[in-house]
This record gives sequence, structure tokens and C-alpha cells, in this order.
Amino acid sequence: MDSCDTPESTPRQRASSRLKDYFIGATPLQKRLESVRRQTSFVPTPSRRKIPQCSQLQEDVDPQKVAFLLHKQWTLYSLTPLYKFSYTNLKEYSKLLGAFIAAEKQKGLAVEVGEDFNIKVIFSALLGMKGTQRDPEAFLVQILSKSQLPSENREGKVLWTGWFCCIFGDSLLETVSEDFTCLPLFLANGAETNTAMIGTWFQKTFDCYFSPLAINAYNLSWMAAMWTACKMDHYMATTEFLWSVPCSPQRLDISYAIHPEDAKALWDSVHKTPGEVTQEEVDLFMDCLYSHFHRHFKIHLSATRLVRVSTSVASAHTDGKIKILCHKYLIGVLAYLTELAIFQIE
Amino acid sequence: MSSQKRVKNSQSQGKPSQSSNSYQTNLSAWKVKEDLSDSKSISKHGQNNPVEDYEHADDKAEDALQIAVRYFEKGPTKTSRSKDKTLEKHLKTVENVAWKNGLAPEGIDVLLNVALSGKFGSAVSTQILKCMIPATLISEDSVVKAVSWLCVGRCSGNTKVLFYRWLVAMFDFIDHKEQINLLYGFFFASLQDDALCPYVCHLLYLLTKKENVKPFRVRKLLDLQAKMGMQPHLQALLSLYKFFAPALISVSLPVRRKIYFKNSENLWKTALLAVRQRNQRPSPEPLKLMLGPANARPVKRKWNSHSVIPVLNSSSCSKECGKKGMSLSDYLSSNGSFPLEQLKSFPQLLQNIHCLELPSQMGAVLNNSLLLHYINCVKDESVLLRLYHWLSQTLQEECIWYKVDNYEHGKEFTNFLDTIIRAECFLQEGFYSCEAFMYKSLPLWDGLCCRSQFLQLVSWIPFSSFSEVKPLLFDHLAQLFFTSTIYFKCSVLQSLKELLQNWLLCLSVDIHVKPVMNSPLETTLGGSMNSVSELIRYVGWLSTTAMRLESNSTFLLHFILDFYEKVCDVYISYNLPLVVLFPPGIFYSALLSLDSSILNQLCYIMHRYRTNLTAAKKNELVQKTKSEFNFSNKTYQEFNHYLTAMVGCLWTSKPFQKGLYIDPEVLEKAGVAQYKSSLNLVYHPALLSYAASFLLQEWPEERTVNLSSIRGKKWNWYLDYLFSEGFQGLKLFIRSSIHRSSVP
Repeated sequence: MDSCDTPESTPRQRASSRLKDYFIGATPLQKRLESVRRQTSFVPTPSRRKIPQCSQLQEDVDPQKVAFLLHKQWTLYSLTPLYKFSYTNLKEYSKLLGAFIAAEKQKGLAVEVGEDFNIKVIFSALLGMKGTQRDPEAFLVQILSKSQLPSENREGKVLWTGWFCCIFGDSLLETVSEDFTCLPLFLANGAETNTAMIGTWFQKTFDCYFSPLAINAYNLSWMAAMWTACKMDHYMATTEFLWSVPCSPQRLDISYAIHPEDAKALWDSVHKTPGEVTQEEVDLFMDCLYSHFHRHFKIHLSATRLVRVSTSVASAHTDGKIKILCHKYLIGVLAYLTELAIFQIE
Repeated sequence: MSSQKRVKNSQSQGKPSQSSNSYQTNLSAWKVKEDLSDSKSISKHGQNNPVEDYEHADDKAEDALQIAVRYFEKGPTKTSRSKDKTLEKHLKTVENVAWKNGLAPEGIDVLLNVALSGKFGSAVSTQILKCMIPATLISEDSVVKAVSWLCVGRCSGNTKVLFYRWLVAMFDFIDHKEQINLLYGFFFASLQDDALCPYVCHLLYLLTKKENVKPFRVRKLLDLQAKMGMQPHLQALLSLYKFFAPALISVSLPVRRKIYFKNSENLWKTALLAVRQRNQRPSPEPLKLMLGPANARPVKRKWNSHSVIPVLNSSSCSKECGKKGMSLSDYLSSNGSFPLEQLKSFPQLLQNIHCLELPSQMGAVLNNSLLLHYINCVKDESVLLRLYHWLSQTLQEECIWYKVDNYEHGKEFTNFLDTIIRAECFLQEGFYSCEAFMYKSLPLWDGLCCRSQFLQLVSWIPFSSFSEVKPLLFDHLAQLFFTSTIYFKCSVLQSLKELLQNWLLCLSVDIHVKPVMNSPLETTLGGSMNSVSELIRYVGWLSTTAMRLESNSTFLLHFILDFYEKVCDVYISYNLPLVVLFPPGIFYSALLSLDSSILNQLCYIMHRYRTNLTAAKKNELVQKTKSEFNFSNKTYQEFNHYLTAMVGCLWTSKPFQKGLYIDPEVLEKAGVAQYKSSLNLVYHPALLSYAASFLLQEWPEERTVNLSSIRGKKWNWYLDYLFSEGFQGLKLFIRSSIHRSSVP
């Protein structure tokens, strides 16, 4: 199409191009809408998923950094694509965010960017933390406190950590243009006020939007099944479920712990399709647990709400908190969380 | 430092102007100008017009003013006793004129010099400064000259303070600011003076441009801050600096914004009002009124953003930092783009559209009509994507029926939706994010919460394939429709009518841009028409069922016919090849309605259908070529069938001749065995009362009302009577569809 020859014809041309695009589904915006339509019309989401496997790419990841991510409780957020984010400017971002935090801490007093504060912000890339080559690189943001005494170790303790990643985010990647960096999953560890402050800076700087990512009971049972299905060399924790009964004055929590090998045995008995988990298998797995519990305690767990699942692979809470325990399945766990985050931002 | 050099320059410019010579020329120039000008000042003095007393007094005052100004200009005389008296007199004169009508630029020029040169002493300077009220404008030169006096050290500290306060108060009335901006460095240096600092800060706040923000100034301000602590005036200036150069400085302001500057203009408050009134012109951007940002922003509870919609801020470092290897100095020298905060009018937008700095958070455009214009014609998809993501997430986050316990934010959400709808109306286009939001939220909607807003959003769904949208949207809406009150049904029909109108407008614009002949678009157009006709048929189905549910409510029928008033006119009004007739359930309900206005509306719609179909037929014959969009014979047959029924019921008294058989026994039971003659313009249930009052009005002496007497000539009179009662639809229908030869 001609670009605007006469100024007055532009809006009309655009209108027509929109309409045409609509039928071809050409613009990123159209692609997005189509994907939303797909998502909305086929609820629930895919009825089969792969059992997490140890991925090739993960081997490139710095083991020290991975160890840093494990065994910590992370609060989950979904994040819309970052506009004009550049991996070459991480140093610059450290400086700006540092000044921003310093200014926020002493409301009203201005600070110079690049000044020496008693906090330090570090942006660093998490190389190799991705599902496919197309996934953008994950990165980590740390806030460190600097010790006041020069004699002591200058790098003080970590006040706050957050990281951004995208594992198998193809469905999102194909709907945005190149100005955007898609890192739909954000995980934070540290004081909520810090998360809010840093999130605000990101929202202002990269025109993105953070929303807390809750995990509903339906997705928790998927996690339970998928994580139970993972092959483990040795189990580090028992498999535990927590159900909540909404009753007053106090709510009632029912915890249900199973030996991980028993859980695996149960899973193997309901599992049929190799390498995959299906909706029927998830339902069957949970039903078996329910009926077992009912036999003993005469309580229908299906009438309560699943709020937490912990396995040797990871544990997840409905509030959107996650702790990953197993190095081997890190990518697998993150892939599912990325899927949930993408679903939330569509 | 260049700025200081500039100060020196202006100083040297200022000095020679001290000589009374230049004043003299200035003043005489002023007089000549005034003589020529048509303003009501001295010009009248020379003419011998019969002037009213009060104007005469004005002239006298002007005269006295000139003498006073000349007096001040010459400087103090030697004899001290008379000096005091005359000085007082002249001061009084200046004061009176200044507060009454304001001073002309030339007068201010002279008096400002007098005040700042301090030749009458500090007390007089103060008095003069206090009455430096412009009639309309202040010339920039006078200000520059006055500033040059500040460097000579002839005036006291108090006079300086007063001068800065005056400058701030009168800032808007200075005709240009380029020269003054060149003195930026000088003003900045005056920050050192503790007494002046607050006022200089205020002046700088008004004066600062992006190119004035330099790293060394930032450092200086931070030093001052360190020395004086958290001062509101420094805060203000610093936050402005941050706004221009976020990469240099970071400051966070308290949530509740303080008043940064003490009201330094309060000395001249009433005078300023008067000047503004004098200067009042039609507002240059009436658009701003339509979509001004809401001033009162509720404090938001989390993520320390103050409102749902982000505040308009120029794009910060993200864009600049995106370029590789860009240093801070590069950043500062980039002045090619047009800052948002200077964008005030539509012409400005047009001039700078190629280099506009976009807001750092695209959501801010919702509150700015000028930027909405920009959004409307921008080709950059990333702008729309940023808005899409932000809007989708905000809608999802704010939506109150997603939350169990958050109904207290209902008002905020309603306001947010209102803002979105205003923007959509302004753009005449729906947002995709709203459509996506409706897909997700409609199944959970109770039909009550924000009803009016939600239904308005429905009417702005962007044009798309109906069959695709139906399961996501309309099926959910139908569930609510059937289970809700008649008022809800009417509102839904109303918004579907608006939806249809929006779709038709969008398509009719499109069809005229491209020739219909080229083949790929033809199929596209066919697809679009299909989508529209599916929407119309869907509404037809909804309406038919709703009529049954609401037992043929007249109220509901009005809304349904409103919808068909749009439908019947698609071919002519929108120039789109589409005619869809109403379903029989609607047609017969309207035809046999007891309400005369319904019947009238039906007549109008039938008339428009006829006009549209005839036009279509004519075009078909002209084009001859078999086009994809020729209407099937079925449409014509259907219309003719309806038309026959209507003419039968209203005119020929032969209703339902074809295809309808009623058992005579039933008719006998109902007491209308003679039904054939019981349905026409006279006996129609909606018109019966008109027939009766027609007879009563025309023949009041008749003792019985004999309806069957309305025939022949009387029939025609009756028709005229009906038309005069406002049956315009009926009139049009009869004119177009009935040949008067068939008068019974």
C-alpha cells in the first residue's frame, strides 16, 4: 500500500488496511486477538502436556546461578512484553534503578544518577536459561546492601532478588514485534515493598505491566501429576498436598502427605501415554487420592480446595508462591509457569 | 561558561540604555503609536468628539500618566520639599491608572528601569514595582533591561525579591521568552542568594527547557539541596530536571503533591485576573476540554502508582539507552524530538508529528485527546501493542467482578471504563483489548455491575467475523438477555443497534477507498456483508424470542423497530450492498400492535425498505453484469409478501388473503365474522380512536359515530387528519406504496 501521499487519505487507508489485515490476520495485534480467541474458546488449556525432561540448553547455565535460584521461595508475577529493553544496557539500568531506589527511600530528596549509595543494584544475564533458541535470555536483578565499614566485605547481603524468564514462550513471541522483549514470567524474593518499587520502575521504564500470578486448584493438580511423574534419582521431600476448607470462624486445613515412592507408584498405575500427561490421567490420579482419603477419614476432598502441592521437584502455593527443589527439572517447572503467565497476559 | 558570557553581553546592552536619550525616543514612539492605535486611550484626546464624562476622566488620567512617567524618567529634582509632593502625586497617578486599566508596554519599560535603577530610593522602587500591571502584554526587552540592572548592584535586596516575584507573577504576559531564556545561567547563579532562592527557583521552573538541563546544574542543585535540606521549591525544580533528563537525576515525590511555591503572585492577584480578562481570546484548543485529565486522583493502594491511568511523562531513558554506546552527553544533546509537555494544540501536533516524544507509558494517552489523534493515525504497530498490553492487563486487574471483596473500588473502575469509552467515541473505533477483556469477563458478569459501561463497550467491538465472535460473546450475552428484565433487554438492543451502526460506518468508509472491482477485495467485502447480515439475523432472533417472553411489550417493540430503522437503510445510507428484512414475528407484532406510534414506525421502515430495494434493483439493471451482491429474489418476494399484508390490513380491507386460513367458527366466536372489512385505516386497533375523534371533530353535531361512513371523500379527509396528527411514516408509506386510484 502507498504510504501517505496526501495527508487526508491516511486515516482512511489505515482503516482499509486494518480491515484487510483482519482477514489475513497479518498485524501483531490481530495475531494477538486471534490467539486470545483461541484461548478463550478452548477452555481449559491443552489437555495433554509433556512430562518435564532434562533439556540440553539448561546445561549451559552457570551452576552457581542455578543453585542460587533453587530452594528459595519465589513470588510469581506475569509480565507483559518489555518495550525497548536492551541486553547491552544492563549496566546503565543498574545505575538508573539504583538511583531510583535511593530516591524512593528518601522521599522528596533528589539524588544524582551514578552517585554512591549504600545499596547496589546488579543486572546480570542468566545465560542458557531458555526452552528454545528463540526464547529471549533470562536475566537477574539483585539488590545488595553495602556495608558501611570499608574494611568489611563491600558486597553486603542480598536484600532482594528478582528474575525474568521465558521458557517455551513461542505462542507469545509470534504475536509481538521486534521492539519488545517477551519475558512473561517474573519471580521475586524479598520484601513486597521492594518488589513494588522495582516493579514500578520497570513499568515506567519499559511500559510493561506486572500482575500477581495466582495458581488455581486446577493447575495445582496438573503440577502435582507432572511433578510426580518426573523420574528422580533420590527423593528429597515427601509429597504433600494441602486442602483448605472454607469454614468459620477459622478455616480448616487438611494436609495429606504421601511417601514420594508411593505417589510415583500410584502415578505409574494411572499413566498410559509415555512421555505425556493427559487430562484424564490428572483427574484419575487426583480421584485415587480422594477416594483413598475418603476410605480412611470419610471426608470428600473433592469438595474442598487444593491450595498447596509439594513434591521433590518443586512446591507451589495457590497464592502464586513457588519453591523449586530439583535442578534437573528446573526448566520443566518454569515452562509450565511461563505457560500460565502467558495465559494470564493474553 | 557560555551562559555567563551571555549575561555580560546583556549587561552591556543594558547600560547604554540608561541615557535619557533613548528613553526619550522610546517614549515619543509610544505616543505616536498611541495616536494611531484605535485603542480607547489617548487617541480620543485630539479629536473633538463629544465624549462622556467618564471617558473624559479617563483621558485626563492618561494625560497625567504621561506627565508622571516623564517625571520619573527625568529623575529626582533637586529641591527636596516640592519633590516629595510631586513625587507622591505622580506615584498616585501611576498607581491609579495601573490598577484601573494597566500600563502600556512602553510605560512599563520606562518605569521598570526607574524602579530597578533605584534613583528614587528603595521605597519608591517598591511602590513602582507593585503597580507594574500590564494593560495587555509586557515586552521581553523591558524585562531583559530590568534584569541587567540587577547586576549593577544599585537596588536593594528587597527590591530584587519583589522584582523576581513580579517576574513570576507576570510571566505569562511577557510577549517572548527566547531572550530571557538566554539569561538562564544568570538566573541560575542567583540561586546562591538565600533570600532570592525560592523565587528564582520558581522562575527557573517556568523557564527551563530541555537544553537548559546540564550535568553541572544538576550537581549544583543537589549541593544546594544538601545545604538547605528538602525545600519544596528545590524539589520542584529537581523533579522538572528529572523529567527532562531522567538519566541524570532521580527524585521521588511524596504521593500527595505539595504546593511547591508560595503564592508569590498574591500581591497582584486581582490585577492578574483583570489582565487575563482583557487578554481573553477564544481558547486555541477547545479539544482539551473534552478529555482533560481528571484532577482529583484517588490514592492508589499498591505499586505506588497514583491512579489507574499513568501520568503523562515523556519517554524516559528506555528509548535513548536503546541506542548503543550512548553517553550522557549524547543524551542531553538530543533535542530533535518534541517534548510532550509542550504539546498544547492541534497545529503543534501536526507540525511535530514526525518527532513527537511518546509517553513512557502508553496508557497515558487515554487522558490526552491530542495524543489520541496521534494514536489514530500512527502506523507504528508497537505503539498500539503497548496500549493493547497495558489496557488488557489494567482491565483485568481492575475489573471488580473478578474480586470477591473489592467492591469498594467499583467507582474507580466505572470511571476507568468511562474514560475508555470516551476515548473510543473520540477515535470512533473500538480497542482490541476491550474486546479481549469482554471475552474473558462476560461469562462472569452479573449483568448489573457497570451495566451501562459494559454495554457501551459491546457497541464498540471492532468489526470482525460474526460467527467467530458469537460463541465468545453473543452467546453469553444472550443468556443474560433472556433471563433479565425488559429494561436490560432494551439496553442490549440499543447497544446492538450502535454496534451495527459502528460496523456499517467502518465498512462504508472502507468500500469507498478501494474499487470494488478488484477481485480479492470483492470476496472480502462479501465476507464482511455476510458478517453484518449474520449480526442482523441474530438480533432478529433475539428480538422475536424477547417479544414472546415479554408478551409483545410495546416498549420493547420500540427498541426493536429502532434497530430495524438502521437495518432497512443500509443500502442507501451506508452504500453497502445489503438488505435484510425483519422476521415475521416482529413484522406481524408491529402491524397488529395496539400502539399507533409502532404502526407509524413500521410504515416508515417499510417505506425505507422499498426505497432501498428499488434503488438496488435500478443499479442492477444499470450494471447488467451479474455481481456477487445482487439480492436474491427471495428478499424481494419476502418484502412483497409483507407489503401485500400491510396494504391489505391498512387500505384494501383484504387482510391475509394468501397463506392464512382462519376457521370461520373461531371468527364467529370472536364476533368478527366480517373480519375482512374490519382491518383498514379506520378499523385498525391502533387507529380506531383516531377515526372516532376525526368524526367527532369534523361533525360534532352527529349523534352517533358511524365509522363505516369514512369512505370516498371522507376517506381522503381522514387521511389528511391522520397526517396532521403526526403520522409521517404512514404518509410516506402511502405515498410510495399505494396508488391512489385504488381508493375504496
